[in-house]
Amino acid sequence: METDLNSQDRKDLDKFIKFFALKTVQVIVQSRLGEKICTRSSSSPTGSDWFNLAIKDIPEVTHEAKKALAGQLPAVGRSMCVEISLKTSEGDSMELEIWCLEMNEKCDKEIKVSYTVYNRLSLLLKSLLAITRVTPAYRLSRKQGHEYVILYRIYFGEVQLNGLGEGFQTVRVGTVGTPVGTVTLSCAYRINLAFMSTRQFERTPPIMGIIIDHFVDRPYSSASPMHPCNYRTAGEDGSGTHPSVEDSQEVCTTSFSTSPPTQCVFTVTKAHFQTPTPVVTDTLRVPMAGLAFPHQPAALGVGSADLAYPVVFAAGLNATHPHQPTVPGKEGGGLPFAPSNQPAHGAQADQERLATCMPSDGAHCVATPSSSEDTETVSNSSEGRPSPHDVMETIFVRKVGAFVNKPINQVTLTNLDIPFAMFAPKHLELEDADPMVHPPTSPETGSPLQGSLHSEGSSGGSSGNTHDDFVMIDFKPAFSKDDILPMDLGTFYREFQNPPQLSSLSIDIGAQSMAEDLDSLPEKLAVHERNVREFDAFVETLQ
Amino acid sequence: MNCRSEVLEVSVEGRQVEEAMLAVLHTVLLHRSTGKFHYKKEGTYSIGTVGTQDVDCDFIDFTYVRVSSDELDRALRKVVGEFKDALRNSSGDGLGQMSLEFYQKKKSRWPFSDECILWEVWTVKVHVVALATEQERQICREKVGEKLCEKIINIVEVMNRHEYLPKMPTQSEVDNVFDTGLRDVQPYLYKISFQITDTLGTSVTTTMRRLIKDTLAL
Repeated sequence: METDLNSQDRKDLDKFIKFFALKTVQVIVQSRLGEKICTRSSSSPTGSDWFNLAIKDIPEVTHEAKKALAGQLPAVGRSMCVEISLKTSEGDSMELEIWCLEMNEKCDKEIKVSYTVYNRLSLLLKSLLAITRVTPAYRLSRKQGHEYVILYRIYFGEVQLNGLGEGFQTVRVGTVGTPVGTVTLSCAYRINLAFMSTRQFERTPPIMGIIIDHFVDRPYSSASPMHPCNYRTAGEDGSGTHPSVEDSQEVCTTSFSTSPPTQCVFTVTKAHFQTPTPVVTDTLRVPMAGLAFPHQPAALGVGSADLAYPVVFAAGLNATHPHQPTVPGKEGGGLPFAPSNQPAHGAQADQERLATCMPSDGAHCVATPSSSEDTETVSNSSEGRPSPHDVMETIFVRKVGAFVNKPINQVTLTNLDIPFAMFAPKHLELEDADPMVHPPTSPETGSPLQGSLHSEGSSGGSSGNTHDDFVMIDFKPAFSKDDILPMDLGTFYREFQNPPQLSSLSIDIGAQSMAEDLDSLPEKLAVHERNVREFDAFVETLQ
Repeated sequence: MNCRSEVLEVSVEGRQVEEAMLAVLHTVLLHRSTGKFHYKKEGTYSIGTVGTQDVDCDFIDFTYVRVSSDELDRALRKVVGEFKDALRNSSGDGLGQMSLEFYQKKKSRWPFSDECILWEVWTVKVHVVALATEQERQICREKVGEKLCEKIINIVEVMNRHEYLPKMPTQSEVDNVFDTGLRDVQPYLYKISFQITDTLGTSVTTTMRRLIKDTLAL
């Protein structure tokens, strides 16, 4: 198989798959940030956009992806998976989706790597962009904030779908055949969004200081902690101070040929955004030194194997890296090495961010990137249930009808109790003084409230008892002050809210009428039999 | 070569027509657009970068992705707006369809005009329903959103079959395959047309052909 594919093609293919994997992760994580994504088209090729698509690179995400890949590529039995899960402010978490980039053995030997495969991978990325907005987790992620956050985790190896619950669905984003196998991108997503974590969902307060993490028994838990989707680094938009874009240094200035594909000139160059004088031209063929990543946590994609590149290196290299190669740049001295703390982004910074982005600070996290984004997205994440603080406040406000002149402070005495606790006579002074309850011209003054409380309890029938529990104490209907009628709406309502039951519905009378009906049946039958002929004639006229 | 034809059907409320159509058309065009070609000597060319952006629908619980090209968006909105108006003004029971056709031009010798060879046709059939209560409308928002999700998945499935696509053209032929008139992206040559079905079920009333670029007359 190897002999069919020349070494250049093989290297190109490996590179394509590697960057495809990285871009896939970027698209997925960015789609779960909770914001609308917008990138600009550019008619002139900048040489830095893989697959001719403007997909930004969030450095932490790239770092995590590379850490998970550890220099390998997706292969048979080794898939790259991005797990998206939801974590509530109470500490419950639930897996929502698993995106899998897999490779199977089905090869397409005839396909042209640098042309067809590249374009198809580009198409697959576009499909991924579309599909990530279509699964249920997208809408959830747009609303994240106070109550829950969306986390991602990248792992490499066997796909694990256990956490998705029963009946999860899969959607295939697409496949691309290559000479070494078929790349498949798919998503398995949970459809049962009712909370069914490994412990039952119960309203018990979490134990202080411990967040129960159901990844504890996962094999990859230590290797790949969860990361929130809704944080960003400052300067991620490509400002010059943050040398965080070094991963896109490996640019792809693709030149395609319109002649038969065998003559395709495909060149790959390395360049850096911040390099003032780019050395590379698009005809420089740079030997690809392979994709082996050094296993150093701080290395960000530029390995020692790349020493052979006679070009300016990325300024993002960590100057404190022990294996930092002395860059043999053609430029000699004066390389723009920015003092870089950037690799400190590694695990430590991630964990700190994880801590600071707990849901209680959800608003903070979401608000951080909002300066450049639509403000509506921030408000989206803030809507929904009021915060606990707001809810507490509402309990203390007693509802008073509109157009009531009574000052509020008078009515807050009986605040904490349920409204019907005001049954007690000691509160009736309030009611007596209320002009709404006792309209001056009403002949029924006294205490209509009291009247209605006790009236139906004594009058006959079975209706009174149940109604007493639901008597309205402070019924203050709006617009009910009526000068024409002597009685206002509230009084009227209270007087007539407990009407007597219909006699026909009471059991005794009902029983009586039934007996009478039965007795009268024979007589009625006799009458009908006498008039049979008339009935028949009538029926015939109908036909 | 046979033309590939795909048909999608949606049932929407009147105010959702525009957004539903734009979602489908933009999703198809996202897959059928590339960056601008820049031809160099020796028959090579390089390709520009296509940006994307998310669009939230106001009347549907749905978000779709489109290419970042205001020109293209304006062109689509224009024709979808006409379709919506025609639907509204028609006496029929709210049935209509839009067709997005991708074609290649084949130069013919004089005096024959250029031939248009269709290679892919997307037809979206629309059925407009009228709802009475706010609750029904709210349910419709969600339901149509879910339906559109299914449509997007269908579209992506077709796109990834990797069936026929026109060969990449030389510089002299590029206008026969791509619409090079836009500033920032380069979709395959396409045209959008629509039809309104009147009450009798015949599609006679208005058949309008719109060319986004005046490149040819049939």
